[in-house]
Amino acid sequence: MSPSGEAIATAAVMFVALAAYALFGGADFGGGIWDLLAGGARRGAAARELIDESITPVWEANHVWLIFVLVLLWTGFPPAFAAIMTALFIPLSLSLLGIFLRGVGFAFRHTAERLRMQQLTGAMFAAASLITPFFLGTVIGAVATGQVPARPAGNLLAAWTSLTAVLTGALFVAACAYISAIFLVLEARLRGHQELIRYFLLRATGAGVLTGALGAVTFAELSRSAPHVFAGLTGRALPLVAVSIAAGVAVLGMIWLRWFPGLRVTAAIAVAAVVWGWGLAQYPDLLPGSLTLAAGSAPPGALLAELVIAGAAALIVGPAFGLLYRLQQRRLLTHPESDTELRRGAQLAPARTGGQPPAGRAPAAPRITTSLVLAAVAIKAIKDLFSPPRRR
Amino acid sequence: MSLGAQLVAASPLPARSQMASSLGFHIILACFGIALPGATLVAEWIGIRRGDAAAMLLARRWSKVMAVLVAVGAVSGTVLSYEMGLLWPGLMGRFGATIGIPFTVEGIFFFLEAIFLGVYLYGWRRMSPWAHWWSGVPMAVAGAAGALSVVAANSWMNAPAGFTLSHGRISKVDPLSVYFNAATPYQTPHMVLAAYMVTGYLVAGVYAAGLLRGRRDRYHRLGLAIPFSLAAIATPLQVMMGDIITRFIASNQPVKFAAMEFVARTGREVPEYVGGILLNGRVYFGTAIPALDSILVGFSPRTRVIGWDSVPPDRRPPVPTLIHLSFDVMVGLGFLLLAVAAWQGWWWWLHRRLLLTKWFLVPAALGGVAAVIAMEAGWTVTEVGRQPWIVYHVMLTSSAVTRASGVVVTLTVILILYAVMTVVSIGIPMIMSRRWRAERPADEEAEQVPYGPPPAMPRAP
Ligand code: HDD
Ligand code: HEM
Ligand code: HEM
Repeated sequence: MSPSGEAIATAAVMFVALAAYALFGGADFGGGIWDLLAGGARRGAAARELIDESITPVWEANHVWLIFVLVLLWTGFPPAFAAIMTALFIPLSLSLLGIFLRGVGFAFRHTAERLRMQQLTGAMFAAASLITPFFLGTVIGAVATGQVPARPAGNLLAAWTSLTAVLTGALFVAACAYISAIFLVLEARLRGHQELIRYFLLRATGAGVLTGALGAVTFAELSRSAPHVFAGLTGRALPLVAVSIAAGVAVLGMIWLRWFPGLRVTAAIAVAAVVWGWGLAQYPDLLPGSLTLAAGSAPPGALLAELVIAGAAALIVGPAFGLLYRLQQRRLLTHPESDTELRRGAQLAPARTGGQPPAGRAPAAPRITTSLVLAAVAIKAIKDLFSPPRRR
Repeated sequence: MSLGAQLVAASPLPARSQMASSLGFHIILACFGIALPGATLVAEWIGIRRGDAAAMLLARRWSKVMAVLVAVGAVSGTVLSYEMGLLWPGLMGRFGATIGIPFTVEGIFFFLEAIFLGVYLYGWRRMSPWAHWWSGVPMAVAGAAGALSVVAANSWMNAPAGFTLSHGRISKVDPLSVYFNAATPYQTPHMVLAAYMVTGYLVAGVYAAGLLRGRRDRYHRLGLAIPFSLAAIATPLQVMMGDIITRFIASNQPVKFAAMEFVARTGREVPEYVGGILLNGRVYFGTAIPALDSILVGFSPRTRVIGWDSVPPDRRPPVPTLIHLSFDVMVGLGFLLLAVAAWQGWWWWLHRRLLLTKWFLVPAALGGVAAVIAMEAGWTVTEVGRQPWIVYHVMLTSSAVTRASGVVVTLTVILILYAVMTVVSIGIPMIMSRRWRAERPADEEAEQVPYGPPPAMPRAP
């Protein structure tokens, strides 16, 4: 039985939403990670302020992507939802704990005035930013390795504690840090903050390299633990994997060259392509080895409803998101005045200047050479990895 | 595992308790998500339109409280989305395709609410006043529309429709009949009105308490008047709606109705019990008003009312006493609140100014708590009254519950987390208000209109 067109379309919509969550939600988690790593109260102040300013107005909207993925999964593919929720009860509950800590941390953050309280809420926020992506990653890892049966008898510890699952968790954390650092570079640039630009460029590079390495290791491990998905990744989904690698390398090049205009999109492609690659590699399975798309999807009426709703969402929510991000990019969204400020009224301190001197460029020649070398190495790596797709 | 633990793990009790406590918690925050934007917009409107500094200050402060409550609301709502699957895989696996549809629609409204919340909460400083006001409108609309959608999901469990079952699997789904099931037109307006009552009376109560302590400036008077008016308008509508729903339940879910009203045997001239507990088939401590139940259901003492003897004992809701008393509490509090609202309305109509005597302010200060209790009681009627079904006449709760062990653990953790969230959502606004009060009261009157953008403020590039 081959899956219906509606089922494929709904799955595609779900993966779009998933990629959006990985990017936007992921960037918010990553912000928490950099907050954690920013060092002492004085030293990390500038970085923390930037993180805070760029996340606070948007995190709730970004969080809704997760909800949307969940409802699409439960409506479109109810048996898969039930199976995942039963078998992976523990990591899912733990990721929920992370979401809880984050929300409460946010709620407290701007009320806490004393340093001690601020540190506590900051710690909650940061811990959550590690916990949630890690455990969501183990969930994905468990599904991809075919460890989730269609009718689990209860929760399965082995499913999400396998090496692949744990690696996937780590990969998720690194990817969040990576995408976030890229976005933060651009935020810093918007504010013309040279030092922070340099600060996050450095971290973006580090996180990018780490993500790439973890990705490669996970990939290698998949060949052993999930031959089916591995075959998909090196077969049908190969173009997407290649795009992701190429985009990842291109980002490193752009960082090196300090060429900012395409940075955001390229980094986003690097992440989104992996998500879609995974989906494509798994096709036509929902739960590899136990549940196919055809067997696990809802009746056409429900799927059609999901598609219509998703279409409506694109029409209504798309422009709204556009507005939100635009207002934020134009820096119209700031913290409301504190109470003292409210009272001081007219004597508000002048805001920081909005001018953006171009980011300083170091001599170009060595950078260009290095990025060429890097690109060559990457192309060679892709070639070696994929042709011929051999099983280890 | 000990035998006791095994029993607990096998029964749906921990899962039910977890669901009920998370919902009972979330619903209060959801009320703020639905109705606080509305109240804030009214205050801001007055503030801009009349250049009223006190109203503007109220709007700003409410929006800060909103930021906190909605953050906690989003967290507790996410907990619920997970729990639907974590606790009820049987329900989701079988009926996810139907019950998920209203939840997906809700997704759109969540997006809208969260997006415009971001704009509204953080746009105070740099957006022009009316642009800012309008950015709040989608938020208020999305709040109400989102509530409609979730409650439609709940209505569907009470009045399932829009699907065809074959061999225990859903083979056909009609999305519109799922969303607009028989109970939707009754439950959804009742809930939105409840949200306006809960939020309105709770917020008004804060300022009523302030007025009682002698802070009688314009700021406090407006802080009472705006939310109280919203809630007072909702109250008579709510009581009317409740009356309509009760009759709908009597015909649509007669066994639930029997539990609400202690109707043991089907018959005519059924008495109405006010209060009372049921023990061994007899009602103690209750007042029976002869034939009133029949009259309420069908406007005639000869109306036949279906009792719970119409179904076998294992298909009857457990603890009818709880259901009955919850119903009485909801109705009783509804009428009390109606009286308080009518009193203020009458006074205002005669004198064109607020009634601010102690005799009025004390009940007004407590009105919010009463509304919360009424709402929780109403949900208890709905949910416990539906038992033992999770989907009325289609699926038993016991067959929907998760097989995963460890629900007892998560229940415990959830209870702790919710305690923390409660502290947060009550504590932070309290800290805020203490700070606000520490300012000299004169400042509150003299507050310059926060808009007139300070000259030093450069527009963003
Ligand atoms: C502020 C809260 C509030 C107030 C004052 C009232 N209600 Fe209510 N009621 C609710 C808040 C609520 C609720 C919590 O919102 C419920 C639960 C499910 C629902 O849709 O609304 C509800 C449910 C509910 C139900 C069960 C619906 C079902 O099972 O589907 C009935 C029969 C009534 N109500 C009847 C009344 C009557 C006769 C009232 C007269 C005063 C009344 N309610 C006042
Ligand atoms: C859209 C809203 C809601 C949905 C979809 C929903 C769904 C559910 C589900 C799936 C269960 C478990 C199965 C069962 O015991 O029947 C349940 C039980 C319960 N819910 Fe709701 N619910 C909603 C709103 C609420 C609210 C707001 C409350 C507030 C107090 C509430 C109180 C309860 C209680 C007390 C139970 C336990 C009933 C029992 O097992 O005896 N529900 N609900
Ligand atoms: C099983 C039942 C429910 C589920 C799964 C659920 C889920 C959620 C989720 C995921 C959110 C967060 C959205 C965000 O990130 O902004 C949320 C918020 C909200 N929910 Fe619920 N909910 C349930 C019951 C209810 C009920 C019964 C109502 C009201 C009648 C309600 C009204 C709201 C509103 C208005 C918000 C947005 C405001 C806020 O965040 O406080 N929900 N809910």
